Amino acid sequence: MHAATADAALQQIRADVNRRKIFDKIFVMVGLLIMFSALLVLVVLFLDLVQDGAPRLNWDFLNSFPSRKAERAGILSAWVGTSLIMLTTAAVSMPVGVAAAIYLEEYAPKNWMTAIIEINVTNLAGVPSIIYGLLALGLFVYQFNLGQSIAAAGLTLSLLILPIVIVATREALRAVPRAIREAAYALGATRWEVTAHHVLPYSTGGILTGMIIGLSRAIGETAPLITIGALSFIAFLPESPFKGEFPFFSFAWLKEAFTAMPIQMFNWVSRPDPAFQVNAAAAGAILLGMTLLMNGVAIYIRYRFRKRINW
Amino acid sequence: MQPGTSTQENPARPVPTHAVEGRLTTPRPSVEVGKRSTGDEQSLVIKSRAEGLSFYYGNVRALKDLNIEIREKRVTALIGPSGCGKTTFLRCFNRMHDLTPGTRYEGRIMLYPDSLDLVGRGVDAIEVRMRIGMVFQKPNPFPKSIFENVAYGLKVRGVRSNARIEEQVEQALRRAAIWDEVKDRLDNSGLSLSGGQQQRLCIARALATNPEILLFDEPTSALDPIATARIEELIDELRDQVTVIIVTHNMQQAARVSDYTAFMYLGELIEFDNTSKLFTNPSQKATEDYITGRYG
Amino acid sequence: MTEQTATISTGTPAGLGFRKGRDRVVEAFLLLAALVAVFTTIAIVIVLVAESLPFFKVVPLREFLTDTMWIPLFAEPRYGVLPLVAGTLVTTLVALAVAIPAGTIIAIYLSEFAPYRLRETIKPALELLGAVPTVVYGYFALMIVTPLLQKLIPGLPGFNMLSAGLVIGIMIIPYVASVSEDAMRAVPNYMREGSYAMGATRFQTATRVVVPGALSGIAAAYILGISRAVGETMVVAIAAGLQPNLTWDPTEPAATITAFIVQVSLGDLPHDSIGYQSIFAVGLVLMLMTLVFNIAGFSLTRKFRETY
Repeated sequence: MHAATADAALQQIRADVNRRKIFDKIFVMVGLLIMFSALLVLVVLFLDLVQDGAPRLNWDFLNSFPSRKAERAGILSAWVGTSLIMLTTAAVSMPVGVAAAIYLEEYAPKNWMTAIIEINVTNLAGVPSIIYGLLALGLFVYQFNLGQSIAAAGLTLSLLILPIVIVATREALRAVPRAIREAAYALGATRWEVTAHHVLPYSTGGILTGMIIGLSRAIGETAPLITIGALSFIAFLPESPFKGEFPFFSFAWLKEAFTAMPIQMFNWVSRPDPAFQVNAAAAGAILLGMTLLMNGVAIYIRYRFRKRINW
Repeated sequence: MQPGTSTQENPARPVPTHAVEGRLTTPRPSVEVGKRSTGDEQSLVIKSRAEGLSFYYGNVRALKDLNIEIREKRVTALIGPSGCGKTTFLRCFNRMHDLTPGTRYEGRIMLYPDSLDLVGRGVDAIEVRMRIGMVFQKPNPFPKSIFENVAYGLKVRGVRSNARIEEQVEQALRRAAIWDEVKDRLDNSGLSLSGGQQQRLCIARALATNPEILLFDEPTSALDPIATARIEELIDELRDQVTVIIVTHNMQQAARVSDYTAFMYLGELIEFDNTSKLFTNPSQKATEDYITGRYG
Repeated sequence: MTEQTATISTGTPAGLGFRKGRDRVVEAFLLLAALVAVFTTIAIVIVLVAESLPFFKVVPLREFLTDTMWIPLFAEPRYGVLPLVAGTLVTTLVALAVAIPAGTIIAIYLSEFAPYRLRETIKPALELLGAVPTVVYGYFALMIVTPLLQKLIPGLPGFNMLSAGLVIGIMIIPYVASVSEDAMRAVPNYMREGSYAMGATRFQTATRVVVPGALSGIAAAYILGISRAVGETMVVAIAAGLQPNLTWDPTEPAATITAFIVQVSLGDLPHDSIGYQSIFAVGLVLMLMTLVFNIAGFSLTRKFRETY
């Protein structure tokens, strides 16, 4: 080809490529912009909560009961309630979730019953949280006669986070290589021995992560608790689980009426009085801080755990 | 199948040969046949016998009517090209296929002296695995300490006395020719060892429970030549102590290490004989083609 | 070999029997735990249907589905669910208008453009965005977004669906982005390479090869996002007001199905009053809506997983 035409053709190609590459650059900018805007929302939100709630972010706030006067209202009963509910939720969802995951990963044959179970788990993950509230209202509060109690609240949230725990645990179990299981079976171990001696110990990190993420979700759930009758003006604390005398642990607190942090925040936000908004902001800052902390810990554990065992 | 016999009945079986007219002399196989037993083996004890064994993955028949005798305290090698079913056959002995859904055994594998059918429907797989040990292709020690690795089989069998466990662990590590290298670091993780050492650890782990048959599934294919040589030495030392069945891709290894060799192709047993005879004077053309490298 | 060592080979027969028995018992317990998921679904269906049956005995289905006012607690009650459904749909549409473009763009960027380290830091950060408690998002909508919007749109009422919808959209961006990104990453590399080899730019490859290749997965992401938005409660309860209002104008306040349930629950209704039963009736509607979306979303997810 003639040198001049070859050159012109090359120039044309270059121009075309550069033109198309502009789209690339624009897209990258747009992408970064949107991504960081979304993350900015998180930052702005947190900072705003801290700023607005600053006047009330003190020990007094943590140590007072709700009150009609905004300056005196605190979240004592709320965070105690949240803690007790989380205790119940963890105590129920952890064994059930891990057991279900073990069954599905290690034991379940590939038949229709297993398929139904798996479909249900996936489906439950997508059920709106308020439906869990309705379920709990009909079943736990009335049918089982648990009343509007901490026990009911704990059970409700356990069911809600069950799919999360199951999925996370299954992934952790799956990460254990097949070769390890084969080696254990070849030595004459039974299925449970293989699971308990080898698979579970090596997947604790992943299971723990799932549990923490589940709890961090449960901590912020409001709708189901409202539905089953959380109160937001509780001026007393339930009986402590820890007693000074034998048997040192009591279950009386399970039957008591309850409130929780998100409930309290919701209650304050719904009030027209701007003084209560300050309280709401303070409660929100604490709630968000706890959630971010728990998620951060979970992410960290997952990261560390992935590096620990190099198969 | 008795050593010294081979399948003659099936001329329609598709056996690829690159050899056609023009072949002048059969080149001798370049394998070094070790100091293996040669003749008077008919009097040796039979440890196990496969009788009409077939195996199915779903509807696919992967093993076709195998008949083979495994001599006690001797090394039997299974060789053949990829996909011939040797590993499938090996895994029948300890019922590893039970872990895969949709598999089925036909026929029997008898274990002597108690005449137990290893693949029998009423026979529990766990029980089988407690008597038959296995060493895998890729070393798979548990991410536990060296000691814990070897002790696991004992723990599962309910051995409680710490003294007994320690004694058995040491014995096993010695038999696996690795005791001197690890005796000062029994608490280190099994994964901290080199590849060859990990495999010897796995062998120790399997030996600790005194299996009646020890299965080796291509134990050196993931190892370097030096480690491979050490393992072959080890297997040599295990002769007269343990009944060994070894699957290997490497014909020379089979020739070096085994007393009897079975050549398989496409799920069938083509020839089974004393190693020295099979490698120097095979009866079947297919065997000869394989060991002379006409097809792999 | 000594007799001792022979025993080791098999353990004691009693020991083996015990171990096998234990295995069976354990399996039964594990199965029971797994069945909890099935029981829960069954329980949800039973509770919703059983508690709303009395409602539907009093309120004819036709009125329920076609009446345009929802005032069940008034002296002269009206039980048309349309206002609630409209509220749900409008907020959802606003949310999707935010989440779909933003989520997709983020997904494309992370999957096709972002360097490895950036992606690995951003993904957990986005997870955090999705982990914020919804009541906090509600506060955000009411106290920050609404005043902001009021500056842009004079006359915007304090409670409106626009604020709520926007915040819900922000809330589900991480979800849409992550499912879409999974779908895009599942597109095999050889397809991208084919495009690059022809001289296409990254953007062209992303939009002409990857996105079409991941379409069913991306559609699944959208549909699952819809399901999340429909089921959202606290943001609308706080920021959109609790007044049922049949309108398609997002600048007005309205109540969604979920907000109504909250409102009733905050009050003090006796167990067998029709007000109490009405929350189960609308809950049933909500459940059916999300069920349809979930089934559609998951079958699309399976489809794209099978393709690759």
